[in-house]
Amino acid sequence: METENRTCIIIGASQAGVSCAFALREEGWAGRILLYDTDPKLPYYRPPLSKTALTGEELMYNHILKPLELYRKENIQLGLGIKVVALDALNKEVILSDHTQVNYDRLVLATGARPFIPNIEGIQTAAQVFVLRTQQDAEAIRHALEKSMDKEVVIIGGGYIGLETAASIKKLGGKVTVLEREKRVLERVTAPEMSEFFMALHAEQGVHIEVNKNVVAIHGNPKQMVVCDDGSAYRADLVIVGVGVLVNTELAEQAKLNMDRGILVDASMRTNQEHIYAIGDCTRHHNPFYDRFVRIESVQNATDQGKIAAAAICGKNPTYDVLPWFWSDQYDVKLQMVGLSEGYNQVVVRKETGDTPSFSIWYFDQDQLLAVDAVNHAKAYMLGAKFIRQKTRVDKTKLADNGLEFKPANLVMA
Amino acid sequence: MAKITFITRDNQTITVEGESGSVMALARQNGVKGIEGECGGVCSCATCHVHVQNGEFSRTGQQGTIEKDLLELNDHADETSRLCCQIRISDEIDGLVLRVAEKNSF
Ligand SMILES: Cc1cc2nc3c(=O)[nH]c(=O)nc-3n(C[C@H](O)[C@H](O)[C@H](O)COP(=O)(O)OP(=O)(O)OC[C@H]3O[C@@H](n4cnc5c(N)ncnc54)[C@H](O)[C@@H]3O)c2cc1C
Ligand code: FES
Repeated sequence: METENRTCIIIGASQAGVSCAFALREEGWAGRILLYDTDPKLPYYRPPLSKTALTGEELMYNHILKPLELYRKENIQLGLGIKVVALDALNKEVILSDHTQVNYDRLVLATGARPFIPNIEGIQTAAQVFVLRTQQDAEAIRHALEKSMDKEVVIIGGGYIGLETAASIKKLGGKVTVLEREKRVLERVTAPEMSEFFMALHAEQGVHIEVNKNVVAIHGNPKQMVVCDDGSAYRADLVIVGVGVLVNTELAEQAKLNMDRGILVDASMRTNQEHIYAIGDCTRHHNPFYDRFVRIESVQNATDQGKIAAAAICGKNPTYDVLPWFWSDQYDVKLQMVGLSEGYNQVVVRKETGDTPSFSIWYFDQDQLLAVDAVNHAKAYMLGAKFIRQKTRVDKTKLADNGLEFKPANLVMA
Repeated sequence: MAKITFITRDNQTITVEGESGSVMALARQNGVKGIEGECGGVCSCATCHVHVQNGEFSRTGQQGTIEKDLLELNDHADETSRLCCQIRISDEIDGLVLRVAEKNSF
């Protein structure tokens, strides 16, 4: 395909969009690449926002996705602080926040997601309520914490972001309470054994986690009270909301893209509109291995989908088919996850011997291994990934027996 | 200060200079192709895998357990393998040559 006089517009310059832009050049796209984002900051990695960048151990400067020179070198036009406000798929054009109209030959939606703000009385008007998605958000939290009287922080939501934020704020000397609506933290994403481990870990570190807490109101200024439906109330200088995201689909709706809690894409990241692709957190795709539609929020997924879309735009016919992986760091604990555990009906817990806690949780559907969560045990994570991929039958009894050395020969079904 | 040379998967050579931080961060800042560093250098992803050239492995310092474990079961790893987010930049490693390893995906 002749691409020299063509224009590819990418909306969203984060993990997915930036990966796609650079991959387009590697795949040989010779035309224009226009990359827009409302965020004025040079595109950066988000994971450190709740971890080392929140504690201040690391500067976000060290976590930019690519240095500015490289955009210049690859001739990628970066339009930061610019929102794409309208998309006309029929005429293949977009309208920017400064009213300019730009035409495209290929369009990539990498619009990601934004924090979901639950319907809680007073949440819109409360002065010290924060979310955590952008670099500005992280800076605002750090700043507010420094200025606050007692450093009392309530975090609504015990998912990964909530728990990582709790650990980081604790490190900064905050007094942290996490309020989780379900009966355990990480309910949607891990087995009860993992939730228990993290609840105990946080308790040990002095972070107060309360479950079965449905927040219904926030009031008071500057000292706020966070009120739950059982009548309990918690004092907070800062409230941080981490209860999940809303996918940014406004532009996709304008283009009449097929959607199902995310933009539906095929194995090459194509949408139902010719010339429009979608990648990253905003998409739902069919995972061939699990034979199921999934929307995944991870760096791996965003980066890889960006590369797949680039190859497809340059005329190839790639198939996105990988096992998802993810990690989370809290205090000195490293959690690594591979696969998708949804639909499991049995878990096997493998504890390693030794001083530091080190164990893994293996999720099975009958005899098929679906996923592995490993705490301080990278070997289990790596081997788990292999076993899942190769559909290896694992001997569950031997797996659970930490008297047997952790090595393939001891774990595979004879 | 150290000068480090990377050889990318398509056999291009790029030499860069750094003062501090990790070799992965240095590679990323200079856009060395193939060094993704997706986890940001916390030894969780193995997307910063390199092979230390010229038998100079011992100059790159100690390997932690997690790094060893991530590499042990990596199809493209051998005795020259390192995750370069775990290599600190110092005078010690001046002149090092690192080859970007093949991508490992699940
Ligand atoms: C605090 C935090 C910690 C995380 N930790 C981890 C982790 O440890 N491991 C992991 O794998 N993942 C982690 N994630 C998830 C990971 O960051 C996301 O999966 C990833 O950022 C998704 O990339 P994306 O490009 O698809 O979307 P996003 O990163 O959401 O980017 C979308 C971009 O599109 C822009 N945009 C949207 N609409 C428009 C428009 N109309 N015009 C212009 N620009 C627009 C937005 O401004 C945004 O910059 C974390 C996320 C957060 C917030
Ligand atoms: S950057 Fe992830 S392991 Fe080195």
